[in-house]
Amino acid sequence: MNADNKNTRISEEATIDAVWAILKTINDPEIPVLSITDLGVIRNVGIQNQTDSSEPIITITITPTYSGCPAMDLISVQIKMAMIAAGFHQTKIEQALSPAWTTDWITENGKQQLKAYGIAPPVGKSFDNAYLEDLAIECPQCNSKNTTLISAFGSTACKALFKCNDCKEPFDYFKCH
Amino acid sequence: MTTLNKINYLLHLADNALIIGHRCSEWCGHGPVLEQDIAISNIALDYIGQARNFYQYAAEIINSENDPSLGFVLPATEDSLAYLRDTPDFKNNLIVELPNGDWAVTTLRLFLFSTYQFYLYNQLVNDADTQLSAIAEKSLKEVTYHLRWSGDWVIRLGDGTEESKLKIEKAIEYLWPYTGEMFINNDDSISSDWNKKLSSIFHDATLTIPAKSWMQEGGLKGIHTEHLGYILAEMQYLQRAYPNSEW
Repeated sequence: MNADNKNTRISEEATIDAVWAILKTINDPEIPVLSITDLGVIRNVGIQNQTDSSEPIITITITPTYSGCPAMDLISVQIKMAMIAAGFHQTKIEQALSPAWTTDWITENGKQQLKAYGIAPPVGKSFDNAYLEDLAIECPQCNSKNTTLISAFGSTACKALFKCNDCKEPFDYFKCH
Repeated sequence: MTTLNKINYLLHLADNALIIGHRCSEWCGHGPVLEQDIAISNIALDYIGQARNFYQYAAEIINSENDPSLGFVLPATEDSLAYLRDTPDFKNNLIVELPNGDWAVTTLRLFLFSTYQFYLYNQLVNDADTQLSAIAEKSLKEVTYHLRWSGDWVIRLGDGTEESKLKIEKAIEYLWPYTGEMFINNDDSISSDWNKKLSSIFHDATLTIPAKSWMQEGGLKGIHTEHLGYILAEMQYLQRAYPNSEW
């Protein structure tokens, strides 16, 4: 490998790291404490250098949490704007459906952020059984496991509504998916 | 499968998701209690998202064929397929276009249909067409929640009060003749799995499965009930009156 190629590769890696750092600053519009990288919706960052040494094209692959999630369009716009602000003008956003997004991709940091915000993070691994199990969900306020499901569907597609039987507070649960 | 058959099959899946999604969305702001209003509106959103995925894929194939003799507006988009096709072009099952009726009809219909979708998508996940299998994989997770929610309602109404039982029994009587159409052109395993799930939920709900009887059909060929035209009139009005208008 000649020196030029090696330098190009190093600068590509640096660019990709820089893009991940930008993506980390973008928060989910509906859960504003959670970064889209912690949410696990960024599947890949690719870079394609142009032969005429113009700005490389950055391809960011995102995956929707739910098919009808209205936040996806907004997230795409937010990514494009953040990239432009950081000096990247050639950004392409692609959507990948498979493998389907799962709550297993929410990072540990993300789960802590959710809890601090008052949303109970998903418990256990995403379901693979035909019919969902009933799990003990911990109240994000008082940590009691004495909680009851009010509705399997909450204020957004990804959440369910619970209430705590001890502190009597209702809360959102980020359901396993 | 010929390309036209493939397009038509994708449109069938898309139309089913769009029309049942539209029916669910009609409850938005009218649900019996706030939590259930939110639940069915979320379900509507899932379905419309699934419909978009199927329409987008169908449009991609239609545009790559670029053949006006196939009978589609070119270039096709998810919007042209949802908003610019007429009643006889829609290929959804009749059961999804029936009016919502009361809460019993709505939840029972969703249970009967999402159970069918659950087993169908489970099969499509293994389809050789990777885009179709990806959409099925994504949709399956959502449909599992729909199935659980609607199944719980069937049990609650069937094993509830005298009045709730009467209402869901009426709903069974009304919807039953529309269940047979879901299994046309599908493997027998889908109908046997569907029957098994139905038996288990109906057992918990203390409900009786109706005897075998004559079944309605026609949706796959574009022969619909009188209800679909009204849905499309409402849904398509804006695009028909103001072509290419955008929000």
